[in-house]
Amino acid sequence: MSTTFLQQATDAALVPGAVVLDEYVEARGPWSAVVAAGDVLTIVDLDGNQAVDCLLYAAGDTTVRYSAPVTIAQQRSIVLTTGSVLRADTGLALMTVVADEVGVHDTIGGACSQESNTLRYGQHTREQHACVENFLIEGSRWGLGKRDLVSNINWFMNVPVDPDGALGIVDGLSAPGKRVALRAEVNTLVLVSNCPQVNNPCNGFNPTPVRMIVTRPENAA
Amino acid sequence: MTQTTDIPAGTATTAGARAHARDQHRRTADTMRHIPVATAPSSLTDALPDGAADRLVWSEALAFGRYTTLHLARGTRLRLTDTGDACVHTLLYRAGALHERFNAADTVKVPWQAYPGTGHPLLSDAGRVLATIVEDTSGSHDALTGATTLAGNMARYGAGTAHSASPAARELLTLGALKSGLGPRDVAPSLTLFKGIHVDADGGIRFTGSAGPGAHVDLLLQLDAVVVLANTAHPLDPRADFTGSTVGITAWRAPEDLAALAEGRLVGPLAPEHLQALNNTEHDLAARSTR
Repeated sequence: MSTTFLQQATDAALVPGAVVLDEYVEARGPWSAVVAAGDVLTIVDLDGNQAVDCLLYAAGDTTVRYSAPVTIAQQRSIVLTTGSVLRADTGLALMTVVADEVGVHDTIGGACSQESNTLRYGQHTREQHACVENFLIEGSRWGLGKRDLVSNINWFMNVPVDPDGALGIVDGLSAPGKRVALRAEVNTLVLVSNCPQVNNPCNGFNPTPVRMIVTRPENAA
Repeated sequence: MTQTTDIPAGTATTAGARAHARDQHRRTADTMRHIPVATAPSSLTDALPDGAADRLVWSEALAFGRYTTLHLARGTRLRLTDTGDACVHTLLYRAGALHERFNAADTVKVPWQAYPGTGHPLLSDAGRVLATIVEDTSGSHDALTGATTLAGNMARYGAGTAHSASPAARELLTLGALKSGLGPRDVAPSLTLFKGIHVDADGGIRFTGSAGPGAHVDLLLQLDAVVVLANTAHPLDPRADFTGSTVGITAWRAPEDLAALAEGRLVGPLAPEHLQALNNTEHDLAARSTR
C-alpha cells in the first residue's frame, strides 16, 4: 500500500485547510460529491497512472454542466493544468485547477463505454465495465441520466495530438502520490468514474484506487 | 397571380387581407429553404455530381446567423457548400431514438484523428456511425472547441440570443434541438465545419480559418437522423465584428453509396474501428427489422 494511503488527510491535501471530506474511490468505482464554492478538492493518484474520469455540474442547476469545448476554446489549449478554468456550456466557471503535480490532464478523449470499446478493441470487450456505466449509476443518484453525459475530463490521462492530427491515449505522466487540486467557483456536483479500462495505457492496464480530499481554506467564506 | 377585380385593395376586410397575403406567395429570398426541391436554384444544383439533381431531397441556402433542422433518411448524402466564410456548428441525433446522439470525444478518439476529413466517421454514443464524411474539399474543420455561448457573445459582440444580430451557436443549436422534442440537456459538444483549428505540440490551439469559397463537405447518413445546423461565428474567430456568410445545403438519395463505403470503394479501405462501427450499425438495423 502506498504511503499516501496512510497519510493524514491534512497532509495529503494539496491546498491546506480544514478537512471536510476524505474518501477513497475503489479501483473501477464511481464517486460523487457536491463541493461547496470556495472549497478545494484534491485528487490523489495513489498508485500512479490511474485515469480519473470526471464531469462537473452546477449543483443548483444540473443543466449547467462541464463543457470540454468551451473550456478548450476559452483557454486556447487542450491541456488542463494549474490555472485552467473548468467551464460550463454556458461559459460559467465551475472550478479552477489551483495546483497540479503532473502538468498535463486530458479533456478531449472522453470516457470509455462498452459501446466504444467494441470499436476500439473488439466485440469481446462489450461485457467489460466501463466509465459510462459508472457515470450512469452514480449520476442517477442525483437525477441525472444519459442526456446529461457529455465530453468529460480525464485527470492524470495523457492524450497528445500529433502535427497530422493523430491522437491517442498514451502512457501517463503521473506517478504514485501525484495530486491535482480544484477549487470550486460555485457549488459544484463532481461526478467521477475511477476508470476501469484495461485495454489501453490510461491506467497502465491496472485500475487502482484514488483518494478524494476536500479542504476548506481558512480564508474561504 | 390572377386577381379578380372585385377584391377591395388594402387589408381592412377579410377579402382584402386574404388577397394581400396570397399575393406574397412565390416570392423568394437569397436565403431560404427551397420547397419543392424542384425550385432549387442552379447556383446550388449546378455543382452537384451527375444524377444527384434528379434525386434531390433537400435544397436550402442558410443565412449566416441562422439555424436549420433536417430530418434525413439513411442513404441520403448531405452536401454543405461554403460560400467563403460559413461556419457550421453541427449536431446529429438518431431519428426515432433521439437518446442516441453525436459523441464528439468518441469521434476523435476512436479513429485516432483529431481533424475530421474525408473518410472520418461521425460516431454516436452507442458505438455506431451516424454518418461518414465521404467527400471534403475544405479540410478546415474543428471537433474540439465547439459552440459559442450567450455569455461569450454578449461580451464579444454585445448580443448573443438566437434572434440578435450576433447569435451564439449554443442558442441556435438549442432552438434546433427543441424543435425536434429535445432540450438543452441534449445539446452536447458539437462539430464545426468550414472553420479549422490546429493543436500545437504544447497543446495550444490555433485558429486556422476557412478554405475559401466553393469548398464542400458531403456526409453520407448511415442512420435516419435529425441534423441540427447553426451557421454562426467560431469561438476563436479573431475578427472584432460578427462576420460570416451563407452556407449551401443540398441532399440527395444515394443508397448505393452505403455499400460502396463499406466495401472500400467510396473513400478507400476503412480502418478497423470504422468497420466495427458499421457492423454495429448494420447489426442493430437487422435486429430492429420486422421483415
